[in-house]
Amino acid sequence: MSMLETRAERMVINLGPHHPSMHGVLRLIVTLDGENVVDCVPVLGYLHRSMEKIAESRTIIQYLPYVTRWDYLATMFTEAITVNAPEQLAGVQVPRRARYLRVIMLELSRIASHLLWLGPFMADIGATSPFFYIFREREMIYDLFEAATGMRMMHNYFRVGGVAVDLPYGWVDKARDFCHYLPPKIDEYERLITNNPIFRGRVEGLGYIGREDAINWGLSGPMLRASAVNWDLRKVDHYEIYDELDWNVAWDTGGDTLARYVVRIQEMRESVKMIRQALDQLPGGPYENLEAQRLSGGPKSEWNGFDYQFIGKKSSPTFKMPRGEHYVRVEAPKGELGVYLIGDDSTFPWRWKIRPPGFINLAVLPKLVQGTKLADLMAILGSVDIIMGEVDR
Amino acid sequence: MEGIDLGNAFAQSLSGLGVPADVARALWLPLPMIVILLTVTVGVIAAVWGERKWSGMMQQRWGPTIIGLGGSIQGAADGVKLLIKEDIIPIKADPWLFTLGPAIVIIPVFFSYLVIPFGQGLVLSDITIGIFFIIAVASISPIGALMAGYASNNKYALLGGLRAAAQSISYEIPLALSVLAIVMMSSSLSTVDIVEQQETLGLFSFFSWNIWRQPIGFVIFLISALAETERAPFDLPEAESELVAGHHTEYTGMKFALFYLSEYANLILASLIASVLFLGGWSFIVPLEPLAALFGIEAANPVFQVVNALVGISVTILKATFFVFLAILARWTLPRVRIDQLLDLGWKFLLPVSLFNLLLTAALVLLSNTLKTTLPLYLPLVIFVGLVFVAMSLQKRPAAKPTAARA
Repeated sequence: MSMLETRAERMVINLGPHHPSMHGVLRLIVTLDGENVVDCVPVLGYLHRSMEKIAESRTIIQYLPYVTRWDYLATMFTEAITVNAPEQLAGVQVPRRARYLRVIMLELSRIASHLLWLGPFMADIGATSPFFYIFREREMIYDLFEAATGMRMMHNYFRVGGVAVDLPYGWVDKARDFCHYLPPKIDEYERLITNNPIFRGRVEGLGYIGREDAINWGLSGPMLRASAVNWDLRKVDHYEIYDELDWNVAWDTGGDTLARYVVRIQEMRESVKMIRQALDQLPGGPYENLEAQRLSGGPKSEWNGFDYQFIGKKSSPTFKMPRGEHYVRVEAPKGELGVYLIGDDSTFPWRWKIRPPGFINLAVLPKLVQGTKLADLMAILGSVDIIMGEVDR
Repeated sequence: MEGIDLGNAFAQSLSGLGVPADVARALWLPLPMIVILLTVTVGVIAAVWGERKWSGMMQQRWGPTIIGLGGSIQGAADGVKLLIKEDIIPIKADPWLFTLGPAIVIIPVFFSYLVIPFGQGLVLSDITIGIFFIIAVASISPIGALMAGYASNNKYALLGGLRAAAQSISYEIPLALSVLAIVMMSSSLSTVDIVEQQETLGLFSFFSWNIWRQPIGFVIFLISALAETERAPFDLPEAESELVAGHHTEYTGMKFALFYLSEYANLILASLIASVLFLGGWSFIVPLEPLAALFGIEAANPVFQVVNALVGISVTILKATFFVFLAILARWTLPRVRIDQLLDLGWKFLLPVSLFNLLLTAALVLLSNTLKTTLPLYLPLVIFVGLVFVAMSLQKRPAAKPTAARA
């Protein structure tokens, strides 16, 4: 006959890839001691699609429709980095109007991404309603995207040297309307969430990571800025026309889950500010579709010159990337999205290494969750803001 | 004043038709059960519809629209679907416990409805230990949840079952203590007596409702009842984002439907108890009997009795609906608390406060008995309002833009 004994037996549970609160197909193998998380091992790769290898047998234009599948909630950024890397390698000039259009699209995309972070994050904590509210606002952004690019999510809008098409008539007014509409809604979220005692109790001091640790783990984006590091590539790298706009880096000294929430909410406000200014300052001029420029310029077009050698007989316009290698990065909503590109004097990139922010930020998760409760695991994971599309690529 | 004894009336009418008295009694027996089953099921369908519609309104969507008028019988359609669904028992589950679990969860809930009064005499069995019976019977349910969680042979289900047990045990005590304070004031455990004790001020009976005498107990009761019914923000046993579906993760078909039914039946039950204990049960804001007396209508007037009974039922249901609405509002507004926060709230806050409330009530009851006036019983209201006032003035005004203040 067996005897009753008290023994702290640890339970290993498998969260994901089909768990309701796992973001995408992340799988966590969690060791539990009662309700306490002892350890957690992320298992990745369920959404691996060889994004880097695919790039090596495509021209940039052919590859562009793929890239929105990295981070499918901040699609404009994946396109931006895909065109920025060859542009900077080849020294392609981008006209000012195109830069402004890019910035407007990027910031809209950042708001969309942060909105769709807020909803699931709150759902992870157990509040379902914000999910519906954020979709209301996000739909408007996607309507704007659809009007400008023809697609809601997979825009395929950026081109080497500019953007695919100019804005349709009336788009700027619609975007301005949205800029009037969104800030009151963000206030509404804050009234609903920020000072809610249950919310505060759940997130304050949770998943703390200090300044040194955050830097050492290579965190970026809101994860880094919430740990008292004022580091935003838009200010650091001076790319596109961010220097011409008046805005502040959203950062916080908390280092906890609440700080990450605060940073992202604040970033949405800053993005609205930027879009407003960019819309006001939007210059005229070409929006720079290279192929159209080349075709209209005929055989004597300067775009047929040495620097931009198109191979015109192919179905999609391509250009030869010069020999050389470099690393290009943009500030995506999740953090530093980078591409390490090696050109080989060919239309295909020789190597296309992606530095996805979600992947690097996810690495710190097991450290953050140790000793917390099972419910905290979800809150922390939500605050990291990962998209499995870019984590697994 | 005599209420209507439904059982006797039924037996008498049958014996008037020549049926022997014993047979008439026997015929009466199954009727209350059927009435309970039907009312509870209809009530659950209504509550589910209300929840879907109200949550839809809160989330800027429609909710169900197609089946029935405004989707009103969507719940019934779902029930039928669950009835004819294949019943799966996982191969590694314990089939006996797995089947027994949902039954043990739901049966006590139905039992509890026996002692809920819907009006003067409109109660299926006015047993003298009414409210004690509810508390006693309600503590059986968590065993069913634990059983279901354990028998499912699923880790999420086990965790959910354990949480359900821990939560129910923690919140039963403050719940029982807050009810005990009421019992002390009414000096009766019977639900009917408790309601009648709240009609003692004649036309101004509104002010004898227990919510004015037991505001602290009322708040404790609301929080504990929400936790007892495992509704958000205390829905930890079935916390979707952590435990998939908690103790009913592995259940399908009718067994799942029983869990679902018991959740809403529990919610309605808790709302009914809350309205009986604190909002004067079936009594209207202005009680009808003194009102009728003003107009010279006798209480024995059959038309008045019917009207009174109808008003009683409607008022009880309305009050319960109010509490159901509160629960739904809380569910779709608040985030979920964590398990340790939940237990802390139960043991470290609600328990001491409810003990204090009990002692205070005991002292005040003694005082009012000595002074032969009910006025001291309203002292908790003064204390409560004072506490709320102090808490509100102490609370820091939230900055207009909290993020800006922190950054």
